[in-house]
Amino acid sequence: MKRKDFIYYTGMSLGSLMLPKMSAFGRDIDPAEALQGVDAAVKKELADVALNAAKSKGASYADVRIGRYLRQFVATRDKRVQGVANTENYGVGIRVLVNGAWGFAATNAVSKDAIAKAAEQAVAVAKANAKIQGEPVQLAPQKGFGEVSWKAPIEINAFEVPIKEKVDLLLQVNDIAITNGASFVTAMISAVNEQKYFASTDGSYIDQDIHRIYPTFNVTKIDRAAGKFMQRNALSAPMGMGYEYMHARPQDRLSGIVTRYKDRYDILEDVKNATKDVDDKLKAKSVEPGKYDLVLDPSHLWLTIHESVGHPTELDRVLGYEANYAGTSFLTLDKWQSKKFNFGNKNVNIVADKLQKGSLGAVGWDDEGVKCREWDLIKDGILVNYQTIRDQAHIIGLKESQGCCYSQGWDDVQFQRMPNVSLRPGKQKLSVDDMIKNVEKGIYIIGDGSYSIDQQRYNFQFGGQTFYEITNGKITGMLNDVAYQSNTQEFWNSCAAICDESDYRLGGSFNDGKGQPSQSSAVSHGSSTTRFNGVNVINTARKIG
Amino acid sequence: MAILSKDEAQAIMKKVLGFAKADETEVGLGGQQSGNIRYARNAVSTAGEVSNLNLSVSSSFGKRTGNATINEFDDASLEKVVRRAEELARLAPENPEYMPLLGPSNFAESIGFIPSTAAMTPDTRAEMVAKSLKVSKDNKLESAGFLQNSAGFRAMANSKGLFAYNKSTDVSFSVTVRNQEGTGSGYVDHSFNDVGKLDTLALTKIAANKATSSAGAKAIEPGRYTVILEPLAASDMLGGIIRGFEQRTADEGRSFMSKKGGGTRLGEQLFDEKVNIISDPMNPELPGATWSGDGMPVEKTVWVENGVVKNLACSRFWAQKKGLKPLSGPGGGRFGGGGMIMAGGTASIEDMIKNTEKGILVTRFWYIRMVDQQTLVQTGLTRDGTFYIENGQIKFPVKNFRFNESPIIMLNNVEELGKPVRSGSSILPPMKIRDFTFTSLSDAI
Repeated sequence: MKRKDFIYYTGMSLGSLMLPKMSAFGRDIDPAEALQGVDAAVKKELADVALNAAKSKGASYADVRIGRYLRQFVATRDKRVQGVANTENYGVGIRVLVNGAWGFAATNAVSKDAIAKAAEQAVAVAKANAKIQGEPVQLAPQKGFGEVSWKAPIEINAFEVPIKEKVDLLLQVNDIAITNGASFVTAMISAVNEQKYFASTDGSYIDQDIHRIYPTFNVTKIDRAAGKFMQRNALSAPMGMGYEYMHARPQDRLSGIVTRYKDRYDILEDVKNATKDVDDKLKAKSVEPGKYDLVLDPSHLWLTIHESVGHPTELDRVLGYEANYAGTSFLTLDKWQSKKFNFGNKNVNIVADKLQKGSLGAVGWDDEGVKCREWDLIKDGILVNYQTIRDQAHIIGLKESQGCCYSQGWDDVQFQRMPNVSLRPGKQKLSVDDMIKNVEKGIYIIGDGSYSIDQQRYNFQFGGQTFYEITNGKITGMLNDVAYQSNTQEFWNSCAAICDESDYRLGGSFNDGKGQPSQSSAVSHGSSTTRFNGVNVINTARKIG
Repeated sequence: MAILSKDEAQAIMKKVLGFAKADETEVGLGGQQSGNIRYARNAVSTAGEVSNLNLSVSSSFGKRTGNATINEFDDASLEKVVRRAEELARLAPENPEYMPLLGPSNFAESIGFIPSTAAMTPDTRAEMVAKSLKVSKDNKLESAGFLQNSAGFRAMANSKGLFAYNKSTDVSFSVTVRNQEGTGSGYVDHSFNDVGKLDTLALTKIAANKATSSAGAKAIEPGRYTVILEPLAASDMLGGIIRGFEQRTADEGRSFMSKKGGGTRLGEQLFDEKVNIISDPMNPELPGATWSGDGMPVEKTVWVENGVVKNLACSRFWAQKKGLKPLSGPGGGRFGGGGMIMAGGTASIEDMIKNTEKGILVTRFWYIRMVDQQTLVQTGLTRDGTFYIENGQIKFPVKNFRFNESPIIMLNNVEELGKPVRSGSSILPPMKIRDFTFTSLSDAI
């Protein structure tokens, strides 16, 4: 399979959140090359060339990112391998502040001459922008950290696992599905390694090694006589982990109506369950529309958190910088200033966390040299904070950035991106079974499906992978054609109960899009199973003749 | 230099093929120069220029294929990328769907390259954005927009003597204008090959007018309404349908083109008879690639005629397996190019409003996602100017709606089609559609 076909394939199957730029996928390389990092001392020497060139041309501030971005895709369909690709993208991006305006330039020629030239280009762009700039950029101060490093705490580097092992595993996944009656199956493992070096005129030289992995599949069963087909995707999560994610231990399995996974994932077990699920979905009844109490598994709720909490608390949206693309936010500054805006029920506590172990957004420092940390966004149901970067911090009275700056590659300018945003688990002991026992008329939703939310993040609609009807405290069967619609504030105020820490799991997205030109970022969202009372459920079935 | 001439491209590719030792080798070469400027809150936020030139090599030993790409062009690098692709090919498993490469073919010369678009500079872009900013500043409105232009080429060659080359330019401009109170919003989004057709001042005035006139929107009950979809809204809805005109997924039973009990719905009356859809890479308003990634010529193709589906795109592998003729698909998908061109009438949007007793005018849709793959039911919302029409006149702006609707149902409910215009990578008419299903209201502006 060629790379463009692969991108098409993954885009279709994963329902990508937004649109990653093609160049981010880089050039194909031999797998062995992925194991060799570039020496930090060499990168420091190159970084100093950029910083010195920028300063000598008039920059009051400059930063440089030297990035080596590695990706590996192994994709299969039914009994064959659709494609294997290893890509590398290596280069330098330089950002400067001149006369109160930003400038940026990037080059894939990693030589001292080319870097110095790119720094001069960045200064020239900044000088041009300064002529039509309104208010000058106000950059929050940031101390330099000297020469430091951060490495994702992985156990097995996915790039060191032989391709054959991954191919064999995925073909085994497909075989289980086909043997158990699936009509079609696709399976894929994607791995990412960002080797990032950041340096700035503040005096930081930060070397980071970041890893991510995403195994997934899609099982389809067709009932030709009825002219129907059903699908179920994997209940895996993309994670900021190495290949150890593929080795599930007994404590990683949560039993219930279907096995769900915590920290590690068993793709073979999940595909077997998925194949049974699509069979059941073909026989399931269509939902009766109306108000239901929803019990939402973390494999589903992560996406609702992402869309209805993560995005509207981005300060750049609140201010209007995304107005022409991703939209603005209903969480305007006056609501935050009031210190009493009722975002949700008082049991709703939502935290931003750039350090969370195993998460997609975990790093030591962000892409403008700010040390990462954790802070509250929603506390006891009240909006208490946003997500900011250095040139926005002063707007909400912060003396330093919250470290939310990220760029998908060396050739894109860094800007405000979402940290991991998660719902804290309930403080009282509460299992999923106990939660379901208290539901009279409800639906238990597992896995993420279709999703859509308006440009200010009020009105949303979510589907899922599997839907189970709950009647008088018991699961009574599977449902089809389910989607729920709500308003963000109403929805979070209908939050009635949250399971405890023992049920807490991460979900997330490999490709969250934002910006013009669009960039992609990876982010996790954690929660325990949560109940929302009286949510409007619609029936999505239509006849097309 | 990212834009190579046909001769320059061919010379590099010949050299690459000269290094090849595989049974079959295919080389792709592409370059692009692009520039952009982004603004928000009535001021420029970012701007940049990017230049890229990339070479890809696909080597096959029997049915084992390896791919490698590089962006360095000295002889050693060119030979290295060929060796790397051949090494990967030896490691790769056999692809049972591998198709031998095609030989030479006569591809039409593309018509999408306009020198004035390629010649745009940061100053040109800044001047065009300044005109847009003037509209919002003069009217005490706030704009956020994005202007981007690019010039590029693509070429392919293989060890069986095939050579193909296309050159193109593109310029796109979008702007959202909002009033200072945040109670009204308007939007425009247009793409052209020729920058001479782009008038940022006139377009921003349209967005500004919508921002002003959409302020103070009233809530009306969701339900089924007659809608007039501006071309941008129509193109938002129809993107998914064009990808469904595909033979393999239809044969496999997982598409709206699949027939109950087996087979496809090719030749069936699937839409209203006013619906006619073609793709044509030689259309001057929407020029496209004249060859596909499979090395097949892309030609004018009729997809829907008077509501009947006439053709399905078919890959070379599937065509061979089923005894069919391979056909490149529309929409720039897996099988190559040519955007969707839908015929319409001569009526303007204003004419269509005059003919409407009760209805909703939709500027654009937002966050459209598939709800059901089988029926193509999608959900999404209206945005940046939604208006209630009564007795041939716009009466008042209305709050945005969420819809749950299938484009297949929509194209069965066509009341009237207006004059087609280019919108993104499609040419579409404004459409008057009855019984369009809105399921809830949104407070978003």
